Amino acid sequence: MRVAPRLRLGLGIESGSIFTLILVLALVGCGSSEDTDQATNTTSEIAEVRTFRYSTSGDILGLDPYTHNEGPNNAMKDNLYEGLVHRAYDLSLHPALATDWEQTDPLTWRFNLRKGVKFHNGNAFTADDVLTSLERIRMPNSSMTFAVAAIEKIVKIDDHTIDIITRYPDPTLLLNLPLFWIMDKEWLEENDGMDIQEGAVVSTFANLNVNGTGPFILQEWVPDTRTVLVPNPDWWNTPRHNLNKAIFQPIANNSTRVAALLSGDIDLMYPVPLQDIARLESSPGVSVLQGPELRVIFLGFDQHRDELLDMPGSGKNPFKDVRVRKAFYQAIDIEAIHRVVMRKASKPTGLMIAEGNNGFQPDMNERFPYDSGAAKKLLADAGYPNGFSVTFDCPNDRYVNDEAICLSIIPMLKRIGIDVKLNAQTKSLHFEKISRTQGYNTSFYMLGWTPGSYDAHNPLVQLMSLDGEGQGTWNSGRYTHPRIEELTDLIGGEIDVDKRNSMIREAFRIHQQDVGHIPLHQQALAWGVGNRVEEVKQRPQNDVDLRYVIMK
Amino acid sequence: MLAYIVRRLLQSILVLIAVGFIAFSLFNFVGDPINNMVGVEATDAERDAARKRLGLDDPFPVQFARFAANAVQGNFGQSYRLSIPVETAIAERLPATLELVFVAAVMALAIGVPLGVYTGLHRDGAISRMLLTASLIGISLPTFLIGILLILVFSVWLGWLPSFGRGATVDLWGWETNLASWEGFKSIILPAVTLCLFQLTLLMRLVRAEMLEVLRADYIKFARARGLTNRAIHFGHALKNTLVPVITITGLQIGSLIAFAIITETVFQWPGMGLLFLQAIQFVDIPVMAAYLCLVAFIFVVINLVVDLLYYVIDPRLRLDRPGQVF
Repeated sequence: MRVAPRLRLGLGIESGSIFTLILVLALVGCGSSEDTDQATNTTSEIAEVRTFRYSTSGDILGLDPYTHNEGPNNAMKDNLYEGLVHRAYDLSLHPALATDWEQTDPLTWRFNLRKGVKFHNGNAFTADDVLTSLERIRMPNSSMTFAVAAIEKIVKIDDHTIDIITRYPDPTLLLNLPLFWIMDKEWLEENDGMDIQEGAVVSTFANLNVNGTGPFILQEWVPDTRTVLVPNPDWWNTPRHNLNKAIFQPIANNSTRVAALLSGDIDLMYPVPLQDIARLESSPGVSVLQGPELRVIFLGFDQHRDELLDMPGSGKNPFKDVRVRKAFYQAIDIEAIHRVVMRKASKPTGLMIAEGNNGFQPDMNERFPYDSGAAKKLLADAGYPNGFSVTFDCPNDRYVNDEAICLSIIPMLKRIGIDVKLNAQTKSLHFEKISRTQGYNTSFYMLGWTPGSYDAHNPLVQLMSLDGEGQGTWNSGRYTHPRIEELTDLIGGEIDVDKRNSMIREAFRIHQQDVGHIPLHQQALAWGVGNRVEEVKQRPQNDVDLRYVIMK
Repeated sequence: MLAYIVRRLLQSILVLIAVGFIAFSLFNFVGDPINNMVGVEATDAERDAARKRLGLDDPFPVQFARFAANAVQGNFGQSYRLSIPVETAIAERLPATLELVFVAAVMALAIGVPLGVYTGLHRDGAISRMLLTASLIGISLPTFLIGILLILVFSVWLGWLPSFGRGATVDLWGWETNLASWEGFKSIILPAVTLCLFQLTLLMRLVRAEMLEVLRADYIKFARARGLTNRAIHFGHALKNTLVPVITITGLQIGSLIAFAIITETVFQWPGMGLLFLQAIQFVDIPVMAAYLCLVAFIFVVINLVVDLLYYVIDPRLRLDRPGQVF
């Protein structure tokens, strides 16, 4: 009788529930239709050696090289497309579609283009492609215009020689060129691909298809599932990688991503959650690759309003006083954050740009010492012996342990009498609140920044100055200093390396003494690597360049 | 019957409008999609242009009216994140979710109902008690935890099943399926088990309770008195009479399976609608969110309708209660 219910249930259901019957029949129907050949093929391909499968939390947003200026997206574009110049894993610059270049006068750069290069569809690469690409990257809705902002025009000398004319002497021209990916003129024309759309209005051809000169060819992109790349057999350079295939599979859930690596379903994944680093390191067949990221996490203050948002009716904004800003700075125990919150996966910093960027000053990276006594005194001197209260705006899903960092800062500031109300929220809300959209609706906030050009001028323009076209987009506290404003403009046009560097130093020194922002630390990168991978180069941008992946 | 269906469908349109309106008014609080789209280096002028192009600078009533007018024509706009029409995005994901929900529902029914019958018939047996205790786990453990535990055991420790994704799917006349090959089926096992566990335990407990109730009824005693076999009594009379609530719950639970699939799909990176929706929230992909919510509301309405109609099929009394009704 024990077994009976299960065996005889069929009768009961048959006579009773049509619903169940349909479900069961459909299952049987699906199960019996055989098409295993294709499935077996796919699996054997996956099992094939030197198929590199890697994963991060989010998928690429599109394939148009001139939209979606965002880390993982730019990395994928770089596998498929090439610029005139290539930025290697160690951030050094190397010839790519240009073989060599020289500056013929302060505004003119002569580039010799590589001969015999073919796009993935077989079209030859010539100077016309560069000209068309410049035209396209400047189309409305392009997100990459900043990369060619200094370029006045490009003049074709012959099929394999061009002159780039800049609007002003630009010391950072080469630094930006790796982001200027070259597209195929004929291909764009044939497919009506010149228009750029973020994709939010219409689907564009160039966002869903790829025709670059890069070392990899796109085989398939299934959003949120996989992006499959195969090596370009006609690539002009000798590949350093030894891959037959690369599959990028986003996995949003941290634990699943770790499990996928441990079970050998993928060969590399990042970021490794800080709490899992130790566990992965002790697991056989998996190693963790760590290094500093180029991003600096910092805090900023509203230094613009005459009255702090949290102190209505007082007519006062304490953050206008440098002593208050310095008191906040010295009240923060960065070592404790480094040790406890970041589990030592961070590098405390005193500058607004991280090591590895052009213009980083190693001798100026000292922080003001942590000293809550001194901080209390500074606050008293400024006229706030009993402190004041302020709202702290913080993202909770953007940077490594962002909310935890903010939470740890609250008691530190409490110690000097500052009453902090934390407003931690998702990144889209946070960034909207502290940006111009909501009129910089913040008094005290957290932000992280990686300079798009890997150069000190970028944070000066975006974070530390205000006056000028397109300046200070993320200067949410509207910090300004007349000399820094002046230096920012000068640095933008200074060719002489030493002079430029001394100006950068001056601007950074003023900003440090002024406590314009409180730099906290560089995040650490943590990649989990499986044992089928022989060698992989960790780029400080926190993404994978397939050119440098070698499998066992 | 026809009038009834038409009335229900008209009601469902009202529901959809209400859902659309509420969803749309919530979108004012999800943040600014522009930042995700144009990247950090974009200037203020570029941001303004993008906002204008998407009509995000219009007042809320205008935005909602435009959305509603387009939605009525079956046009839900373009996904901000995926750069393809929302209908395409959802159509691509729908098979994955439906398959997952289908397999989960079949598992819940095929395991839950027999276990319910068994525990109902042997309510003091040791196995029944064990099953009932175990079913508490299914009811009380959160889905994501179950998912991660299953991955840990079956993927990491045992290495039997894939830890994420749909794996090797087979294209059956344009429908990407996991059910046509063993390799593909392996990928669906863990997510489906995760998703069905709550429903399974719920069904089991429901069937058990109903069986206990029905077995006490007079007509069962009567049947015994007539000398019918246990088998005929248990399955021909008792089980059949428990089916009305079971079908109601199963039907409604299919709606929640689709809704709960959000969590399961995220844990297993299962490329279905739930994952699409969750990532749309993170990206502030308003068109996808709006379309998804309307679709889920629609599915609930349809399922309710189907459940109501099934009552008539299963329970003849409902037909007799309204002698004058013309179907």
